[in-house]
Amino acid sequence: MKPLFARGTLKQWLLPAALAVLGLGLVFTIYANTFVPEEPLPEVVDYNMHIRPILSDKCLKCHGPDAAQRKAGLRLDVEGSAKGELQESPGHYAIVPGKLDASELYRRIVSQDTTEQMPPPEARLSLNRREVKLIEKWILQGAEYKKHWAFIPPEKQALPAVKWTTWPQNEIDYFILARLEQMGLRPNEEADKARLLKRLAFDLTGLPPSLELQQRFMADNSPHAYAKVVDELLQSPHYGEKMAIPWLDVARYADSHGYQDDGFRTMWPWRDWVIHAFNENYPYDKFVTWQLAGDLLPEPTKEMLLATGFNRNHKITQEGGVIDEEYRIEYVTDRTNTFGKGLLGMSFRCAKCHDHKYDPISQQDYFSTFAFFNQVPEKGIVGTIDASFADPPNMAISDEDVASQLQFINKKDTAVVEVMIMQDSAGIRSTHVLRRGNYDAPAEVVKPSTPSAIMPFDTNRFEPNRLGLAKWLLDPQNPLAARVFVNRLWQEIFGRGIVKTSGDFGMQGDPPTHPALLDWLAVDFREHGWDIKRLVKLMVMSATYRQSAQTGREKLRKDPQNLFYAHAPRQRFAAEIVRDHVLASSGLLNPEIGGPSVKPYQPKGLWEAATSGRGILMKYIQDHGPDLYRRGMYTFIKRTVPPPVMLMFDASNRDQCEVRRPTTNTPLQALVMLNDPTVLEASRVLAERLLQDGSPVEEQITQAFRRIICRLPRQAELALLREYYASEYEAFAAAPAAAKSLIKVGEYPHAEIEDAAAVAALMQVIHTLYNMEEATTKS
Amino acid sequence: MPFLENRLNINRRHFLGKLSIGLGSIALGSLLMPELFSKAGKQADGLPLGVQHFAPKAKRIIYLFQNGAPSQLESFDYKPLLTKRYGEDLPSSVRQGQRLTGMTSGQDKFPMVGSYFKFRQYGKSGAWVSELFPNIADIVDEICIVKSMHTEAINHDPALTFMQTGAQVGNRPSMGAWLSYGLGSENQNLPAFCVLLSRGRGNGQGVYSKLWTNGFLDSVHQGVQFSNSGDPVLYLSNPAGLDGQRRRQMLDRLAQLNNMSYEEFGDPEIQAKIQQYEMAYRMQTAVPEVTDLRREPEHIVKMYGADCLVPGTYAANCLLARKLSEAGVRFVQLYHQGWDQHGQLPTEMPLQAEDVDRASAALIKDLRQRGLLEETLVIWGGEFGRTNYCQGRLKRDDYGRDHHPRCFSIWMAGGGVRPGMVYGETDEFGYNIVENPVHVNDFHATVLHLMGLDHEQLTYKHLGRRYRLTDVAGKVVHDLIA
Repeated sequence: MKPLFARGTLKQWLLPAALAVLGLGLVFTIYANTFVPEEPLPEVVDYNMHIRPILSDKCLKCHGPDAAQRKAGLRLDVEGSAKGELQESPGHYAIVPGKLDASELYRRIVSQDTTEQMPPPEARLSLNRREVKLIEKWILQGAEYKKHWAFIPPEKQALPAVKWTTWPQNEIDYFILARLEQMGLRPNEEADKARLLKRLAFDLTGLPPSLELQQRFMADNSPHAYAKVVDELLQSPHYGEKMAIPWLDVARYADSHGYQDDGFRTMWPWRDWVIHAFNENYPYDKFVTWQLAGDLLPEPTKEMLLATGFNRNHKITQEGGVIDEEYRIEYVTDRTNTFGKGLLGMSFRCAKCHDHKYDPISQQDYFSTFAFFNQVPEKGIVGTIDASFADPPNMAISDEDVASQLQFINKKDTAVVEVMIMQDSAGIRSTHVLRRGNYDAPAEVVKPSTPSAIMPFDTNRFEPNRLGLAKWLLDPQNPLAARVFVNRLWQEIFGRGIVKTSGDFGMQGDPPTHPALLDWLAVDFREHGWDIKRLVKLMVMSATYRQSAQTGREKLRKDPQNLFYAHAPRQRFAAEIVRDHVLASSGLLNPEIGGPSVKPYQPKGLWEAATSGRGILMKYIQDHGPDLYRRGMYTFIKRTVPPPVMLMFDASNRDQCEVRRPTTNTPLQALVMLNDPTVLEASRVLAERLLQDGSPVEEQITQAFRRIICRLPRQAELALLREYYASEYEAFAAAPAAAKSLIKVGEYPHAEIEDAAAVAALMQVIHTLYNMEEATTKS
Repeated sequence: MPFLENRLNINRRHFLGKLSIGLGSIALGSLLMPELFSKAGKQADGLPLGVQHFAPKAKRIIYLFQNGAPSQLESFDYKPLLTKRYGEDLPSSVRQGQRLTGMTSGQDKFPMVGSYFKFRQYGKSGAWVSELFPNIADIVDEICIVKSMHTEAINHDPALTFMQTGAQVGNRPSMGAWLSYGLGSENQNLPAFCVLLSRGRGNGQGVYSKLWTNGFLDSVHQGVQFSNSGDPVLYLSNPAGLDGQRRRQMLDRLAQLNNMSYEEFGDPEIQAKIQQYEMAYRMQTAVPEVTDLRREPEHIVKMYGADCLVPGTYAANCLLARKLSEAGVRFVQLYHQGWDQHGQLPTEMPLQAEDVDRASAALIKDLRQRGLLEETLVIWGGEFGRTNYCQGRLKRDDYGRDHHPRCFSIWMAGGGVRPGMVYGETDEFGYNIVENPVHVNDFHATVLHLMGLDHEQLTYKHLGRRYRLTDVAGKVVHDLIA
């Protein structure tokens, strides 16, 4: 197969592509297959890796778990049904192992007769050529069914053998390298030290390496130089902040209640606790148990109660006239879905209204899980806006608490802070299945339990409350909990999960690219006491992580998405980190940890244009002084009008639990980097500082480059920047008014520098550096 | 030839990197490099770019959202019986157990009340329109009034969210995002989905960015909110002291630096970044041009009303919507707040109507004069209806109406909609629909159909499920289509 752009012009290529798309409707893959070399069929077709995804995506809607939708009484997700006699066609069988002719399923998927074809043409789900070939080979090989991979508890397999034995640094690398060698690809050697340090510092702390650390690391030629820096950064208090950011997405943390009035709330002490828990390296089982059920532990401390705020971070309405029970049900639903997606990696939400169409979660299972979260003495609506910053059940945090057991809370004043927490009043209400998921349509009563296909909820071992649920989740036999967390951490560090759909390990999710590695990591994590820092260290010490990010034709051709890590991924920073880098590298960053969220510069009128006209968040009242320079994660999140720059850089709007952010590349992001006063002010302040040092221009540019790009500039880069400086200087020297007005930006005090043109010119150079793709990319 | 190379690389990335995504990557590609795709698309068969399922009637949408829910009983649904039976309790045979909001569920009486404002028939169609909307009455033969809209929600947040995203809760993409995803952008210098806000003088309800969210779609499909003051698009203007020439100088250096990185890493994403800066630069010229209303000729200003020169008014937003749409913006979404008349309806509603009547009608006329009405679908309406009984104390010159999900009126114009038609009928009480109900899902299906998209085919797979704007329901209402 010829490579994509080896022939013809782009236009020639696009024209048929556009036609093909118009003709085909939705699915582009068939046409695409003619361009991309098709991967050969696997030696052994595996049900879990190859067949189940096809059945699930294309067949199970009508031949799956949802009894109400089932056609012809046939289930293809259940071996007995798939291989049994067809109810409507006696003597016929959907699948006969080894026999294509006798397999009705095969006959139907290759049939040209539209009255027989499966999936039926009107479903618009037809199988592509590769999918048909896979099913064909699978049937010929005996059509072996297996339990869904994610529901089988993980086991550690032996490390695979590799040819390039000197490349691996630790266990991870054997799994990665073995797969690459199979594909005829070779991973890269270790990245250069400067790049590696930048990558590491951003991954572990979300901040650039300081100049001092850069110099120290570059000068350290000992074999353990890298490991030393890893340990040092893992001890940094900013490690906890970096780790907290994705967890705040999972927990849908925000500073307002959401819904239309969107009043103020004070859950930030809970956020401070999350940072603290990561910094103290709480094992994952403790971290999760406290959040799910801290209130149910024997003699819970205030810290344990605070942790349960996790389940109160959902939106709460204050809209007058709503029906209380409708919204109370909504909150319990949110907790149930968050538990499913965030902790189990299962999309529970479909099963609220009907049996899940793809996964073995019945509506009864849904409400049985729902029952765990349904005993909270809470209301759907407590009052109109500003009636409460923390609806009951809540907990007051006093100065005494902060002086004793809650020292990690960054409390700024003496006023008592209230946070929402969980509480159970067991037996206050029974849980019903709700028909169609409607709050006012209760059906049969259910007891607290979990979907048994994942792991039965053994009431002899687990209490029928959230504490029992936490134990069930963290039980060694639970197939999902460890895999899901390990996968999400991998996603943070390598840019995408081993299971790409990190919120869906079910039938419709992507199968893992490296199943044995995922299982090895999951078991290893649990066996080592759910030690999160150890797991982070394992990942960043691997050769897979440390290799360079260079790619080439061969790698792009064989693995265009870099699913198999023949090079380190290049990944744009998360929204918060873009801001952190700008502030830290310019020296503006206020490194304070935790505390009430802050309101930095924001374009005028955004809150005002969208408010309901009620409540203390009607107007955006910008902060001043050091609060302008806090890390991105402390920017106030008003749910109905989230910080615009954060959204533009793909941050979550914190509406509901999210486990994965997309990474886009848009002109609006370019406008932010070009014109946001935050970036301009940072450029100005750094320019002033460098000018005050009085070193030669070339040295000033090099310094700025090292702070922002985190390596030494190449000759060509330096020459270009010098030339740029000279031309800007000339222009601003001829237009002193322009220079003066450019360098006025920002509230940070101005340095006394006579030569405004020099400040403006250097500011322009620095600003250009901030806009370089490499500045905000891990590479 | 760095430009050509850049284009190749972007496409290599999007077609190698995102093959399996299918439709999404094409739409994304179209925003990144619209001119490439539009040329290819037009050469192919004369259709606009993007992936239509069948020939579209409309190319663009302007949605004049009346936020807070204007009363149908004082606008387009004339019910003389309510005046005749003024003050009488609503028969429970009519209410049929309809759930009520917490604001009126405690009332022991539900006194019916007719319109404070007079109605009369207009145009060839003979549609009834209240005296509050004389200009819309004037163009009644050009619009299609649907009196039989109904929804499931009874509170603003879920109802608005339902109208915009097809679901009452959850973080699903809004209509504009779906269209940006499905059809891409027609303009290389402007976002495909723009949002304009204004506020009236009546009791208001907030709007929220969730309403124009991309949901699980890529954030390129997010609605871009235009501001009334300062930069029309956030961070659009160069900082003080920096003119376009200095900016150009910077961007040229930046591209050179980024190209050096590209040579080292070979990552196509770097080339995409360079292109994004070029588009940002073009937006800096294109957006101020299109948002500058001062250059509009006098007859246009007269038609929309003097308010159209006051930034942030509904009239200004209508005029801006026409300009954006004319420039190829796929979906322009307006929200005009202040329609929530729980009380003081007779004093508040005229103020609201005064804000929107002239400009809404002017927009239709303006589009028609420019020959754009046929390809532009204009939608006017709120999130639900209002009760036929009074909330709170009923007085001759003061009453209010609570939220009502079972019927409400909207109108549409242009874009292949049948003009001069009144569709659907409610009972004499203005409470239940008796003919041709149009559910929110049906409305969405119909709008997508007009845009050439099959609502059952426009899907996006997220967390194991193929999502649609119409969720699992919706029927195209062919009677509404010309």
